Amino acid sequence: MNHGMERRKSAMKASSAMKSRPIVPQSKRQAITGQRLSRNPLLRALRRAGLHGLLSAYALIVLLPLFIMVMNSFKTTREIFLAPFSPPASWSLRAYAEVWERASFGVYLINSVFVAVTTVALILIVASMAAYGLARYRFPGVDALRLYFLAGLMVPLRLGIVPLFLVIQRLGLLDSHGALILTYLANGMPFSIFLLSGFFRQLPKELEYAARIDGCSEFQIYARVMLPLVRPALATVAIYNFVPVWNDFFFPLIFIRSDRLKTIPLGMTLFFGQHQIDWSLLFAGMTLASLPLLFLYIALSGHFIRGLTAGAVKG
Amino acid sequence: MIVPAFVVYTCFMVYPLLTSLLYGLYEWHGLRRGAFVGLSNFRTILFERPFNVRFFNAVGHNASFFALTFAIQTTLGLGLASLFSRGGRLMTLYRTVYFTPYTLSLVVVGFLWSLMLNPTWGIVNKALVAFGLGAWARPWLGDPGTALTAIILINAWRWIGFPVLVFLAAIQGIPSELHEAARVDGAGGWQLFRYITFPLIVPAITMLTILTFIYDFMAFELIFVMQGSSGGPAYSTDVLGTLFYRTAFGESSAAGDIGNIGLGSAIAFLMFLIVASASIVAHRWMSRRELEY
Repeated sequence: MNHGMERRKSAMKASSAMKSRPIVPQSKRQAITGQRLSRNPLLRALRRAGLHGLLSAYALIVLLPLFIMVMNSFKTTREIFLAPFSPPASWSLRAYAEVWERASFGVYLINSVFVAVTTVALILIVASMAAYGLARYRFPGVDALRLYFLAGLMVPLRLGIVPLFLVIQRLGLLDSHGALILTYLANGMPFSIFLLSGFFRQLPKELEYAARIDGCSEFQIYARVMLPLVRPALATVAIYNFVPVWNDFFFPLIFIRSDRLKTIPLGMTLFFGQHQIDWSLLFAGMTLASLPLLFLYIALSGHFIRGLTAGAVKG
Repeated sequence: MIVPAFVVYTCFMVYPLLTSLLYGLYEWHGLRRGAFVGLSNFRTILFERPFNVRFFNAVGHNASFFALTFAIQTTLGLGLASLFSRGGRLMTLYRTVYFTPYTLSLVVVGFLWSLMLNPTWGIVNKALVAFGLGAWARPWLGDPGTALTAIILINAWRWIGFPVLVFLAAIQGIPSELHEAARVDGAGGWQLFRYITFPLIVPAITMLTILTFIYDFMAFELIFVMQGSSGGPAYSTDVLGTLFYRTAFGESSAAGDIGNIGLGSAIAFLMFLIVASASIVAHRWMSRRELEY
């Protein structure tokens, strides 16, 4: 405690000293900065080169496994084993054709798309309505309600998987996409409501009054006037929820049994068990599983980065 | 307007989380709840062999998972972020590249690396041999001495882009006058970082540490996919996530099987305690060091 206080005080002193000290004469200041900048241009260039060398070396560590995954999916398994580093002798799509047909990858893909798109659409509707209500209306208990939704922000839903399993079973939803969608929907509420209500609160009240005078119903004000104005926040919420849902393995593992209902991550494990020796197929399967999100990421990297880090970055 | 969200959130999140705290206090026959047995499930987990051995073994592995991940993200992650904060087009490119693995599913990451680390055909050992480091080649995932570290590093490979971006946002949020003022006073690069940047991004470090802690104590997918539900070889990669899964849902990986729900719920409750208490402590401790500007 003392230690912390001391540090804080000394830091405060330093900053106040910074402000109150008589301004360094212009000439001297230039001398200082000038000196720092001009010091041996060769050394600076070398340092820059070293820096970029390090950064690209790490970029290589990041990209090489992905590159190997894609490249090997076009080779035969024999070729992968004998010449793992060389590009394929002939670019064959055999593995892809086989993954698609024999391993029912098409079915997994459709399931993943259906679950993820439905979930995100429902989250956007349900969370934006709730956020709007919490942000724009005053009624007794609204603060308690806001806290209630916030409470789930830091608690992983996985810890409640046993009772959740029983709830889903009692509703007759075991082994159905409904189980997944409802779970993801509930899990997405705290953050989505938190983010959206922040945006709704910033909108001017006058908009609401104007719409009301024009004869809009309360629901029309929300849907026609307010919702379009928070579109950037909706995009963030969509990506924040879409990526983890698309990639999720845990809840399908618990809830889904039938092969025809499996999503890609769960289907992958089945597929890996069946084709352990055929590496060509395995690499093709992994490439297919990752491509949709990789394409989306390359196309929308700014949105992705904003969406996925939204939980940890203020503002 | 609020009703649909309230109903879904209450039924499928709040209710399961709250009742899961109670389930450990009962005896269970499959999916049927039996008699109230007080703390006896907890006593089994904490004091009876072999349950307590497995439990503390898993806790230890989660702790190393967190410790190593934390060390990597606050050195490498913070270092990269402060390099990126100088700006420039190339830096944006690097940033985008480093974040790429974070968009991959943990299942793909696990399988990809288990192929790369395969003892006979894996590319990692082949590369070591090619570079004359053949003596270093080993069955990374099959050796109890290296398996957990390998998995933690693989997880870091996927994760690192996230802390980099969070730190970067925090650094860019610092008003540039502070750096300018310090530079005028003659501060060098390291001093700038130590006395200006670092104290001001402590909140971001706190936030990330708590997130990483929760995330690492919930670790499951990578280990399940790469080492199976019992965290092999010889439980050397077993974590609370896999221990809980095995206990509550049975050893086999088929969905819908049920194991011992009472013991499983007791483990879940203990996980909850660890996560909650640690994040409270971390928050308290770090918030004392926060600075205002």
